[in-house]
Amino acid sequence: MRSVFVIARRELAAYFATPVAYVFIVIFLVLLGALTFSVGNFFDRGQADLAPLFTFLPWLFLLLIPAITMRLWAEERRSGTIELLLTLPVALWQAVVGKFLAAWAFAAIALTLTFPMVITVNVLGTPDNGVILAAYAGALLLAGCYLAIGAAMSALTKNQVIAFVLAVAACFVFTVFGSPVVAGFLAEALPAGVLEAARRISLIGRYDSITRGVVALRDLVFFATFIGFWLYANAVIVEWKKAG
Amino acid sequence: MAAMIEALGLVKRFGPVTAVDQVSLAVGRGEVLGFLGPNGAGKSTSMKMIAGYLLPTRGTARLCGHDVLAEPLAVKRVLGYLPEGAPTYPDMTVAAFLDWIAAVRGFDGRERRARVERAVRLASLGDVLFYPIEALSKGFKRRVGLAQALLHDPEVLILDEPTDGLDPNQKAEVRRLITAMAPEKAIIISTHILEEVEAICTRAVLIARGRIVADATPAELAASNRWHNATTVVVREAEAEAAEAALRALPSVAGVERSPRPGMGLVALSALPRERHPIEGMVRDALAAAAIVPRELFVERGRLDEVFRDLTLREAA
Repeated sequence: MRSVFVIARRELAAYFATPVAYVFIVIFLVLLGALTFSVGNFFDRGQADLAPLFTFLPWLFLLLIPAITMRLWAEERRSGTIELLLTLPVALWQAVVGKFLAAWAFAAIALTLTFPMVITVNVLGTPDNGVILAAYAGALLLAGCYLAIGAAMSALTKNQVIAFVLAVAACFVFTVFGSPVVAGFLAEALPAGVLEAARRISLIGRYDSITRGVVALRDLVFFATFIGFWLYANAVIVEWKKAG
Repeated sequence: MAAMIEALGLVKRFGPVTAVDQVSLAVGRGEVLGFLGPNGAGKSTSMKMIAGYLLPTRGTARLCGHDVLAEPLAVKRVLGYLPEGAPTYPDMTVAAFLDWIAAVRGFDGRERRARVERAVRLASLGDVLFYPIEALSKGFKRRVGLAQALLHDPEVLILDEPTDGLDPNQKAEVRRLITAMAPEKAIIISTHILEEVEAICTRAVLIARGRIVADATPAELAASNRWHNATTVVVREAEAEAAEAALRALPSVAGVERSPRPGMGLVALSALPRERHPIEGMVRDALAAAAIVPRELFVERGRLDEVFRDLTLREAA
């Protein structure tokens, strides 16, 4: 666990060592604010909750989370530091988990900085803060899923742009399977069994129910399994690349 | 003496290309093995496999008895490794980077500080401690990589071109450092610089097209060269003809090469011996008999660069 922490600490510091972290956080907050207030009709709805914010969050994550993960492994491979990392006395899983936790902590920091919205709704009305807390937990879990996918994609290449595009594509697939529009479209093309399977591995349905305040154990287990699967894939990819 | 570094029939194929073919070697405590070869011969690939970064297609390596494939963590603990190009994290400062390496290596508190201080001293990094690594010159970057490899005082050192990019003073310093550490450790260095092999290596392994073509001490390699025991005399231009004739008349001399030293009125005559036998005495006698007093006279040990060319090009042909 110690090694995981040492790796994560360096990765997290690396975000803030360059302007990446600040640009990311500013863009994230500006876009989220714009979507929530203008497109989401935050004020006109007349309801003291953060539903507009959490509705747009997955789509913003879809574009921005891969920007957090794209450098995780690709940059190490490009600069050759992966050779250093993999010859230090840390197990591969420790490096994989350490990097993931750093990215997750960074996403959590960005998410935490949306707290003025929570204050706003509390000033304007009396929201159900339990639901808001659950929604934040759901957002963090969704971010974790996207990050795990993105980290694995980053391990595939030494090119950060490729890592970014692959991650967006993969996250998109796991997001849209659950949306009603796509489900309606797929219903005509796919047999019911496949459709049901696709719906089950989709992230958005489970995320939606958590943001409505329904925290079910099976959804939590699903998110944990999903993240675990992609971290395992990440380790397999790194190991596979070692074979040359 | 048990070997601390063992490569056992390492083979690496990249698709149809065999980059490393049956490389086996053993390095014991106190040995400094110089890994030589043209670019692309498989030096770095071999070192990456011994260090456990690259998986071999066949064969394996053992460091201090630990197999790189079966016990990777045990191997990484006894190994100090400077990868090709000395990669480091560019946005960290030297101090932060070395502190991180020490933390990863499991050192804490006072011991961690002491380890970092020692590594900084060994690699002479005191002046740049708080500079971001990306702002450093190539030589300093290389020394940061070296400091990282030495930090835990490892029993085994694998250094891929440790002196590349250093100026002559820094090169000498790094060589002194390696020589000073050598009795306690087993060391492999790769290099293009043949004088470096003569200066610090106890053994030289020459690799060409992925195969080991020579494994001997630098002195033995030099002795295999036609210039071994060649005797060069420097005489005045006016005496050159007579001196050359006298040397050529010697039965043990296979040939004489003449190289003028412009501007000084001097000519260097190099007598190559037959069968690399010593001929210095005969050369002195022959010149004395011709009443020629040489300005200089020296005996060569053999030319490693020619050995290098012969062995690597012969393999390619």
